Amino acid sequence: MTRIFIPRDSGALAVGAERVARAIAAEAAARKLPVEIVRTGSRGLYWLEPMVEVELGENRIAYGPVSETDVAGLFDAGFLTGTPHPKHLGRPERIPFLARQTRLTFARCGMIDPLSLDDYRAHGGYRGLDRALSIGAADTIDTVAKSGLRGRGGAGFPTGIKWKTVADAAGPQKYIVCNADEGDSGTFADRMVMEGDPFMLIEGMTIAGFAVGATQGFIYIRSEYPHAVAAMEAAITAARRAGMLGGKIAFDLEVRVGAGAYVCGEETSLLESLEGRRGIVRAKPPLPAHKGLFGKPTVINNVLSFAAVPFILAEGAQAYADFGMGRSRGTMPIQLAGSIKHGGLFETAFGITLGELVDDVGGGTASGRPVKAVQVGGPLGAYFPRALFDTPFDYEAFAKRDGLIGHGGVVVFDDTVDMAKQARFAMEFCAIESCGKCTPCRIGSTRGVETMDRIIAGDRRAENLAVIEDLCNTMKFGSLCALGGFTPYPVMSALTHFPEDFGSAPNDTPRLQAAE
Amino acid sequence: MSVHESWSTERAIDVIRQHADRPGATLPILHALQDVFGYVPEQAVPLVADALNLSRAEVHGVVTFYHDFRRELPGRHVLKLCRAEACQAMGSDALADRAEKRLGVKLGETTPDGRVSVEAVYCLGLCACAPSAMLDGEVVGRLDQTRLDALLTEAQQ
Repeated sequence: MTRIFIPRDSGALAVGAERVARAIAAEAAARKLPVEIVRTGSRGLYWLEPMVEVELGENRIAYGPVSETDVAGLFDAGFLTGTPHPKHLGRPERIPFLARQTRLTFARCGMIDPLSLDDYRAHGGYRGLDRALSIGAADTIDTVAKSGLRGRGGAGFPTGIKWKTVADAAGPQKYIVCNADEGDSGTFADRMVMEGDPFMLIEGMTIAGFAVGATQGFIYIRSEYPHAVAAMEAAITAARRAGMLGGKIAFDLEVRVGAGAYVCGEETSLLESLEGRRGIVRAKPPLPAHKGLFGKPTVINNVLSFAAVPFILAEGAQAYADFGMGRSRGTMPIQLAGSIKHGGLFETAFGITLGELVDDVGGGTASGRPVKAVQVGGPLGAYFPRALFDTPFDYEAFAKRDGLIGHGGVVVFDDTVDMAKQARFAMEFCAIESCGKCTPCRIGSTRGVETMDRIIAGDRRAENLAVIEDLCNTMKFGSLCALGGFTPYPVMSALTHFPEDFGSAPNDTPRLQAAE
Repeated sequence: MSVHESWSTERAIDVIRQHADRPGATLPILHALQDVFGYVPEQAVPLVADALNLSRAEVHGVVTFYHDFRRELPGRHVLKLCRAEACQAMGSDALADRAEKRLGVKLGETTPDGRVSVEAVYCLGLCACAPSAMLDGEVVGRLDQTRLDALLTEAQQ
């Protein structure tokens, strides 16, 4: 019996993995070859998806990208014994894109059957929880704090401090909430975890529950991720059946599905949504750690933050903290997307430069044209030109250059992009998604779209550019949350780094000053 | 293609009852109603309000706040085209224009024959296989003109 691994990750499904799986099953049956097809998550090498792996003894041999029309040829060539074929990629871990990574969080993703608890345990699963239970709640929090883990959703707040605050808060009822409302364009790491290694998220949340004294958790998943919702629900059912949730472990989980509002990725808006209301941002304080879900002390963390925890507990805080630079410790699952030759999931220690990511790892643009701009950190992240490619991937280094790493999404644009259009889109997106609570975001974004339209039409450019700058200033300092507060990043970075797209020559600052 | 039930007060009450005891039940209930009826009918709003001890205004607020909840029946097929940055970088704007022209409607509208609703979506998490789309819940990546035309033809059946 030969085992064949085919991803069921939605990125692989989107490029035909289901058809390939069916074709392989049919072809094997027709040839009376005994095969077992195991559906996995994705390794994250999306330009090679659908990537099919064949087990040969201890190793696997990958083929990709495989289409259903390749299948008969693969069998003819004898791919069940790993023989050469134009789609032959060799051992996946030797593909440079994968070989260069440091996979702590994504060690299992794409290798195991995501819904098999046995497979999860066989690959180190639940060792973190065992360790937490043996060292106790206080030392568990201490371990997370010492690892230097910071919130992977984008804000970068130290996870250990958040957990300590909730642990110290009084009250019999506390909650663990996972923010799986991964709405940033260019990001898909949360989705990959939920589809490819869901027990890791369950384990991370269970450890959090044990550490702070919470017995109930919620995973709020965006509705645009139906496969992730299905995978998490199936994994929760399997964990319950095995007594790993709601049984001997005094912690249970429930999946809740969002409804298409980007702002619900903001933690207080997410809590409002979970409580059954419009996703309107709450003013802070009180912090969710003190008054969160249903007014109770709540740990709310991103998927990747919880997902990092099992490794930290299993291997120790130092093993995680040994990676990284400055105050950014550990690894970051970076997502390479947009016009890029080698798009996918690249987990690596903090410190790699943007240029290495885009040029070396990513191989430049998909179109082969020069890179013009790279947006890091989603729709609220800054556009960086090639001149800033020496910026290391690190929270502080990006902030110093008026950017952010956010949730780790890197979207590459070739030289056909019009940055004035991108700046307009940033305002438009904010206008579409604003929750409406605070004026700078609600009104500012709409005025921003109108003003950008005038600039693009060439109507009193210098004066209108001054209006945009002023508007951005108001939004940045006057908005209640990051939606209105960070929309100025893409707008102002486009203006600063690509003035030629706004009808002015590079460094043509006098025109701006003249308007003031 | 999705098949939906026509409005029935009894059915709606039954659906609401299945979720009403969950904490913060509004969204689960609205999703369940939409799964059954294809949209959230106006008649359902007071029923949800009653079940959750909310005002109609509060329920109306929730229905209208979230992009997902429909207030009228969609076309028999729903095509969602991603309009976010990663897909923009791979030419999604031109594909959206093409879809609008071929269907003769704008994003957010349904063709007059009721066959296809076409909508913008902001990220399907398929950003490394951009541009992407979703047809009746099926994800599609590496979209180009040919693939889009095939999707449109399928949707217009």
